[in-house]
Amino acid sequence: MDMELIRECLPQLIDGTLLTLKLVGITMIAGLILAVPLALMRNATSKLLSLPAYAYIYFFRGTPLLVQLFIIYYGFSQFEWIRNSFLWIFLGDSYWCSVIAFTLNTAAYAGEIIRGAILSVQKGQIEAAISVGMSRFQIYKRIITPQAGLIAVPGYSNEVVLMMKGTSLASTVALLEITGITRNLIAETFMPIELFFIAGCIYMVLSTVFIFILSLVEKRLSRFRAATTA
Amino acid sequence: MDLYGYGGALAAGTVGTIKIMMMSLVVGLVSGMVGAGAKLSGVKALSLVTDAWTIIIRGVPELILVLFVYFGGSIIISQGAALMGFDIYIEINPMVAAVFTLGLVYGAYATDVFRVSILAVAKGELEAARAIGMGRAKVFFRILFPQIWRYALPGLGNLFMILQKDTALVSVIGMNELMRNASQAVANTRKPFTFYITAALIYLGITTITSLALHFMEQRANRGVGTVS
Repeated sequence: MDMELIRECLPQLIDGTLLTLKLVGITMIAGLILAVPLALMRNATSKLLSLPAYAYIYFFRGTPLLVQLFIIYYGFSQFEWIRNSFLWIFLGDSYWCSVIAFTLNTAAYAGEIIRGAILSVQKGQIEAAISVGMSRFQIYKRIITPQAGLIAVPGYSNEVVLMMKGTSLASTVALLEITGITRNLIAETFMPIELFFIAGCIYMVLSTVFIFILSLVEKRLSRFRAATTA
Repeated sequence: MDLYGYGGALAAGTVGTIKIMMMSLVVGLVSGMVGAGAKLSGVKALSLVTDAWTIIIRGVPELILVLFVYFGGSIIISQGAALMGFDIYIEINPMVAAVFTLGLVYGAYATDVFRVSILAVAKGELEAARAIGMGRAKVFFRILFPQIWRYALPGLGNLFMILQKDTALVSVIGMNELMRNASQAVANTRKPFTFYITAALIYLGITTITSLALHFMEQRANRGVGTVS
């Protein structure tokens, strides 16, 4: 491979990588914050709570991320009242639109993962907790969260990698993350094979790092397991 | 809903999208089975190649893969031809690039689904079938295949739903499918919300029908299993 090419493109690729990381970081945090109430609503016995959560998850998991991004970035510009409101600060900006689309999307997937994890906690434990007089909040804090958290991590770590791969779609709304930068560089140099190869390598390194970090999280969350079996 | 005369274009796009989905599914199922066979073959070189394939697909965004195959593919083929002494330039058809890429993405994940399903079939059943005199082909079709199918169906179905949503990506290489036709309608009418929401609802309809069909297929594949209490 041409070392000269790599040296010339490196600064821009680093910028792109930083933007990808920023997108993934913000999306992960905001997505989790949304996902937890979503999972709780979905599990609620009241239809008033569970139906909206179900519809939300159904829509975001049933349609392509690209369509969701286009609805948010291009779609809302159709309405003049949105263009004239404060919302346009976010909806008129490709960075914020990408963040919003990725967050709403990942929240739906993470919500399902968390919901499944909560349901997987044994019923007997919850009944036992009720019978010793724990409040609902205490049960969630002491019984459900530690166990459900551990169960959710492998699925969630998959979702983080998928989300990171999904951020490449931001290039379609002219955001210069790794894919966007790569496509620009290819237009300048016309070396698609070399540059897509480099971009692919960067993504693979990133996904490996994310999987590694989340495996550390899983280890830490499973401390209580080690303590009881020792 | 008023589609400003672009209803036909969207319908044509939907047909194109479904075509890509089905063709990619076929490529994916075949390559997935070949991959599972390679991983279980015990031949080191074969399982190494399959491992590399699955690792690349898991780590690299589908968008990069589609662009790489479409823009890089013709260069690679032309250079390969030049090495063999031919002076030709072959342009890759977007449909071929799309089906090839999406099929191999599906296949990479399907490899593991098939591998696990094959391993899940109890060995004793295969031995018993051999013992009563069934030939290799008969063992495969009567004992192995129905059970692999049952174990693999939920996983393959999930992957198919992911594949369906990934087809939207091939609009970037100019395939005439739902997403691209919606974008063209937007460019001419300046009604982005109308057309992208319509596209979203069409995708939602496709995934809904698929998940219902999968549900029935799973029930059928599981008939006679686990009903004895």
